[in-house]
Amino acid sequence: MSTELLEPITDQAAQLDIDRTAGNFSYPEQHAFDAGTGLSHATVDYISDVKSEPDWIREFRHKALDVFFSKPMPTHWASKDLENIVFQNIRYYLANGQKPKRSWDDVTDAEKRTFERLGIPEQERKFLAGVEAQFDSEAVYSNMKKALGDEGVIFVGSTEGLKEHPEIFRKWFGKVIPTGDNKFSALNAAVFSGGSFIYVPKGVKVKHPLQAYFRINAENFGQFERTLIIADEGSEVMYMEGCTAPKFETATLHSAVVELVAMKGAKLQYITVQNWSANVFNLVTKRAIAHEEAEVKWIDCNIGSRLTMKYPGVVLKGRKARGEVISIALAGDGQHQDTGAKMIHAADETTSNIVSKSISLGKGRSTYRGLVHIPKHLKGCKNNTECDALLINPTSRTDTYPAINVRGTGNATQHEASVSQISAEQIFYMQQRGLTKAQAMSLSVNGFVNDLVRQFPMEYSVELKRLIDLEMEGSVG
Amino acid sequence: MSLEIKNLHARVASTGAEILRGLNLTIEKGKVHAIMGPNGSGKSTLSKVLGGHPDYEVTEGEVLLDGVNVLGMAPDERSRAGVFLAFQYPMEIPGVSNANFIRAALQARLPEGEELEATDYYARLYEKMDMLEMDRKFTARSVNEGFSGGEKKRNEILQMLMLEPKYAILDETDSGLDIDALKIVSNGVNAMRSPERGFLVITHYQRLLDYIVPDVVHVLVGGRIEHTGGKELALELEAKGYDWIKDDIAAAASA
Repeated sequence: MSTELLEPITDQAAQLDIDRTAGNFSYPEQHAFDAGTGLSHATVDYISDVKSEPDWIREFRHKALDVFFSKPMPTHWASKDLENIVFQNIRYYLANGQKPKRSWDDVTDAEKRTFERLGIPEQERKFLAGVEAQFDSEAVYSNMKKALGDEGVIFVGSTEGLKEHPEIFRKWFGKVIPTGDNKFSALNAAVFSGGSFIYVPKGVKVKHPLQAYFRINAENFGQFERTLIIADEGSEVMYMEGCTAPKFETATLHSAVVELVAMKGAKLQYITVQNWSANVFNLVTKRAIAHEEAEVKWIDCNIGSRLTMKYPGVVLKGRKARGEVISIALAGDGQHQDTGAKMIHAADETTSNIVSKSISLGKGRSTYRGLVHIPKHLKGCKNNTECDALLINPTSRTDTYPAINVRGTGNATQHEASVSQISAEQIFYMQQRGLTKAQAMSLSVNGFVNDLVRQFPMEYSVELKRLIDLEMEGSVG
Repeated sequence: MSLEIKNLHARVASTGAEILRGLNLTIEKGKVHAIMGPNGSGKSTLSKVLGGHPDYEVTEGEVLLDGVNVLGMAPDERSRAGVFLAFQYPMEIPGVSNANFIRAALQARLPEGEELEATDYYARLYEKMDMLEMDRKFTARSVNEGFSGGEKKRNEILQMLMLEPKYAILDETDSGLDIDALKIVSNGVNAMRSPERGFLVITHYQRLLDYIVPDVVHVLVGGRIEHTGGKELALELEAKGYDWIKDDIAAAASA
């Protein structure tokens, strides 16, 4: 393969104007490492070989692949669209190397230009404590402020994590989400690559967010990052992830597994703003364990993708642990956002809060699935669930499937749901004040999610507003 | 310079029912015209048609804003061209603060790339709110959400004061107002009266016209202006009702 840098093929303003999505550009592929198309035990060996992995991981992967093959698609409850994924047409590992650079100067031009266009180095300079930038299968850049390293904070990719810090990595890896949790967690366990490994030592409070950016550049590709974050006793950390991919004619698969562990009294916040193109199947398993008095908060914004299935969860394992899922989903025309939350109460006086807002446009469909489980023997547990759906067009659709299993007498739960529409009268009113129809729609949608967006870091709320504006602009005829 | 309505015919798009049947009216800048009329005469339809509401179809006629026909324009274009509608039933916009909404409306009037200056904007907003005796907390509250009827009407006038339209159409702005609120709202409107601006005040009751004194009063019956007079016509209508005009029309028809 040529190592000469080619001019980007879609790097033209005219093409960007058509799609109006900042992430819709790609560079010619030039991968030194390519596991080929299709999935078999040989694919797993290829990945293990190029990563020079220890035997236990290789074995773990092979077992996981068998689990993946043996498990049926969950189409008895989930969308039939899953059947359109052709696993043998996907490429499972594409990379130029396995070691991320510590300086942007050392990152190859195509990769560096990609992240510059997405604004990552700039954000890093402005407000981030550390950044990891993944391009297809591997992180090409990973760096953290030196002061954090001095305090013992670890922020590396999963490959580096399992090699350099096996004593912590192995203890927690695959413990929050076992391989067999679901078909896609098994797939991830078999072919995972990239993602973040973070350890925050006891009592260390990381003031600025750590950020990872997951970028898919290649066509017919699957990205399977694996993230493991451990916040030790009394520590605090905020992690943010962004993701984009160019728009291809063929399906792209993104299937991550994210495991969080919050030890006693730790505070862990995980923020996602995804903006996948409309060809991406985004099937992600995210779960946290919260020990005594720990707090875990998932903030999840799902924009774009063909189908997203994602239900971040918290297992409230220690007394007075607290879990929260705040989610915003925007289902554009032809998209299906199947999202929600799981709260598993497993100790007394644990509390959980779920607030979900979805917006469906055109023929877009949003589905809320929630699971709240409070067994009979627990006391003083509380859950609050709110889910609100906004339908923009008469063809838009929303469904809600809340499952709340609360037993025992000393526990309280509260559930509220609403479905609303933006009325023609509302739009006329706003247009009468001088706003275009698209501006009126955008403002209404932003108003609908406003109370949740306020909880985001400023930079992300600005980004989210911009994404909503773009989606709305494209949706108004 | 005027807002000129010529032989306007309009019908409900969904049913085809004709509401406006050849309406003629010219609102000159600097003048306040009032339209009164019985229920169902087409008063509110007129305001919506002028605003470009999609529920109505114009089948004939013209509406010229300083000589330019606005009937082909989208509602937002008409707004930016200078037509303001104070709604009889202002809509609620959850989650969008009043201050942001008015700001977005002003921003929509600026050329691309130009940003509204925030400090000046708030200074002006507060000044107008003070004039309308509106509490500052209304800047942060969602547009009209949970507002009382009177608060909503005040909020309409606030938007009018901020947007400074060329022609303002007030649709039953007095409904739902107690006497104190009516005075405040009227003061706001009167403060806007100028040789540069024309008003069309639509009302069911004469009471409002004690405070916003019109130059011309029209009576709308059956989708047409059937009678025009000075401000004293409003008092006459209040005393005698609309039947005598209807009788006149019937007499004219049979003659």
